[in-house]
Amino acid sequence: MIDFVGKRAWFYLFSFALMVPGIVSLLLPGGLRRGIEFSSGTNFAVRFEQEVSQVELRQALAELGHPDARVQLTSDGRFLVRTDLIEGAAEAPPFGPALPSEREELETALAGRFGPMTDGDGNVTNRFLEFSSVSASVSSDITKNAALAVATAAVAILLYISISFISVPRPFRYGAAAIVALAHDVIVVLGAASILGRLFDFEIDTLFITAMLTIVGFSVHDSIVVFDRVRENVRRAEAAGYHPRLANAVNASLNQTLGRSLNTSITVVLTLIALILLGGETIRDFLVIMLIGLVSGTYSSIFVASQVLVSWEERDLGRLFRRRQAETVA
Amino acid sequence: MRQRSTQLLLAFVLVLTTFSVFVAWPSDPDRYLPDFIPWPKEECAGPICIGKGISIFGQGRREMLLGLDLRGGTRLVLEADISNQPDVNLDEALDTAVDVVERRVNAFGVAESITERIGSNRIQVQLPGISAEEALDKIGRTAQLQFMEMARDDNGNVILQNADGTTQTAPLDTVLNNPSMIQQARFVPVSVVDGNGVRRELNGSFLDRGDIFVDRNAAGLPVLRFGMNGEGADLLAQATSRLSSPPQPMAFFLDNEPIRGADGRIIAPLVQSQISDRGEITGLSLGDARSLSTLLRTGAFPVPLTVVQQEEVDATLGDEAVVHSVQAGLIAIFVVMTFMVAYYRLPGLLASLALFVYVSVTLMVFKLWPVTITSAGMAAFVLSVGMAVDANILIFERMKEELRLGRSLLGAIDAGFSRAWTSIRDSNISTLITCFILYWFGDQFGASLVKGFALTLALGVVVSMFSAITVTRTFLHALVGLPVMRHLWLFGADVEAARRAPAAEALPRGELARRQNP
Repeated sequence: MIDFVGKRAWFYLFSFALMVPGIVSLLLPGGLRRGIEFSSGTNFAVRFEQEVSQVELRQALAELGHPDARVQLTSDGRFLVRTDLIEGAAEAPPFGPALPSEREELETALAGRFGPMTDGDGNVTNRFLEFSSVSASVSSDITKNAALAVATAAVAILLYISISFISVPRPFRYGAAAIVALAHDVIVVLGAASILGRLFDFEIDTLFITAMLTIVGFSVHDSIVVFDRVRENVRRAEAAGYHPRLANAVNASLNQTLGRSLNTSITVVLTLIALILLGGETIRDFLVIMLIGLVSGTYSSIFVASQVLVSWEERDLGRLFRRRQAETVA
Repeated sequence: MRQRSTQLLLAFVLVLTTFSVFVAWPSDPDRYLPDFIPWPKEECAGPICIGKGISIFGQGRREMLLGLDLRGGTRLVLEADISNQPDVNLDEALDTAVDVVERRVNAFGVAESITERIGSNRIQVQLPGISAEEALDKIGRTAQLQFMEMARDDNGNVILQNADGTTQTAPLDTVLNNPSMIQQARFVPVSVVDGNGVRRELNGSFLDRGDIFVDRNAAGLPVLRFGMNGEGADLLAQATSRLSSPPQPMAFFLDNEPIRGADGRIIAPLVQSQISDRGEITGLSLGDARSLSTLLRTGAFPVPLTVVQQEEVDATLGDEAVVHSVQAGLIAIFVVMTFMVAYYRLPGLLASLALFVYVSVTLMVFKLWPVTITSAGMAAFVLSVGMAVDANILIFERMKEELRLGRSLLGAIDAGFSRAWTSIRDSNISTLITCFILYWFGDQFGASLVKGFALTLALGVVVSMFSAITVTRTFLHALVGLPVMRHLWLFGADVEAARRAPAAEALPRGELARRQNP
């Protein structure tokens, strides 16, 4: 049997070391590259019939009044452009036949410069393939609500686990420990997104939020599987008439569920790697974030959630402080 | 296969899966499935066709309902701005605005468009297959409010419109004595000749917009009172003198569509007397009176609306996304199945079969519900595949443990399922709780992406509980008792090791020792 519980200090240290670069990157200015859903702006996709280089397009956009435009080229010849807010329509009221909008002006200007634009099948449309813009009032709402939704879900899960584990002593701690692991995973993923943003222009968008939600789901799922085994072991021992140390029960449970944890992780990781290698380009960022989050989720169920449970029981935090005090007195 | 319940369940699973595969079968399999296999094309055998899902006597043929991000189209979010009109009731104004937008959208015949209120001050419009400019153009037109009367033929008979598009005529008296015939009447704009000898139609521009309100008359019944502007008063006086003898109905059309009451009937009060600058409409319900007064007052949008968010996806791009996602999903499922068979052997094979059942049943539910599939929904679906497999892994690991403890095969199978159940239950319930909260939030704030994710995941979790538990167990039970099942190798259980160390290692030795010598 592997002694997971005895080395918990090391695991905490490792988790901490894992989170520090991400936290530092998050705290430094420009921590997360925010997509249009979170900071307002415009994304559009365009494909030209003739070959156009990224540099040329960037230069043209700068001359047309969008010096901050970011241009990416996909493997199927589409340009993905992110700019400041472009009005897609002339102001709505008074409603009437639409005036040529900023968007149309840009389409005309680009078509004049680089030749016809085509759709996915190669037909000339002289229109952007994709166009989405978000104004500031919406983007601030989305940010607020996404955070609120995750927080509410966390509280609800805490309550459910506390009720479901009512048959063991201090059920509230199981829920809280699962939430700590959840926070760990969220921080790891946000940190990774921040670092990827600095290195590869990775932006957090609605797909990122979806990945985050998925990760939250898996993280809690993993923690519950381990806790369920702890619950079973504690209950069985108590039925046999003695009270095991929680640390021992947790360690036994971790060993018993190790096979499942690894195998589930392996299936999911294999799936994601297959998708990353073979799937489309548009969801690759999303899959990379999922991969990071799911590995972190499995890790945290074993090395964070369960260990926090033990630390709480063993009053590690208090011991740490007492030792400190003892040192300072000495 | 000895138990009757097992047989029944097995038959049920077979029927359900066959049905699901028929329903979920794509219309163009070569696009989504590996094209080196000659898939059956759409074919009919008598009244039953297989192709775009199953179809019997032409009924029930359906395609998967795709979100705008996958089929192409426009999504607009309009925000109401009442900063300049503090006295406007935002709630009522938005309801009316939704109504107006819906009329216009329907008028230009967009299939499956959705107009809904989101949050406190926004309206979301989803228009499949339409570009943003087109959409804004149509939604943005200034609404036309028209006063309408019944159309008459040369003999003075009222023209009635039948449901099948044909017309018939009826004498005016008969129609006036028969309210249901008024509903059937063809309406034309009320027109009169003005002082300069020009024929003019009576429309919303002659209403005094500041003088339209709902009141109660002496009998306590709701009355809609309205005023006309100077020019309008003359025209209305002429029109009503004609329409009041005998009293004939006058209807109101907005964007060429009749304004209807809450019961769906066209609001067409009878003109009782000549009216010039002030008129009143009685006989309406309070709710109808209120909404009609808002429509008359505003003509168009009761509040200024600004476009705060728009999204447009070209249909060809959405198409690529669908093919990519489906292929990715197939690869994912294939990888999972390979791993399960390699690691868990026979149970792994059965779990893979259960996974097949899971995928077909879920797709069938998506199609029949119907659930709108978005890219986020697809992610949720793949995630639920992961959770379905996880349930099987939990069960099989537990089965192996029980086999090592020396239980019989059947005993180990049942113990594996019952012991793993609590963790499957708790983890799935917490996922469902998350889905519920996400759905609610998505609904509140119009985040259709989050909503789609939550709904798809929740459905997936529910179906996966059935497939990973009931279906896999039925398969295992069906096989128990066959001679081949004596080879425990098929279950991946290391039985030799189990014989050597039969004691449970549920607790560390220290604990066991303490238990033995208290």
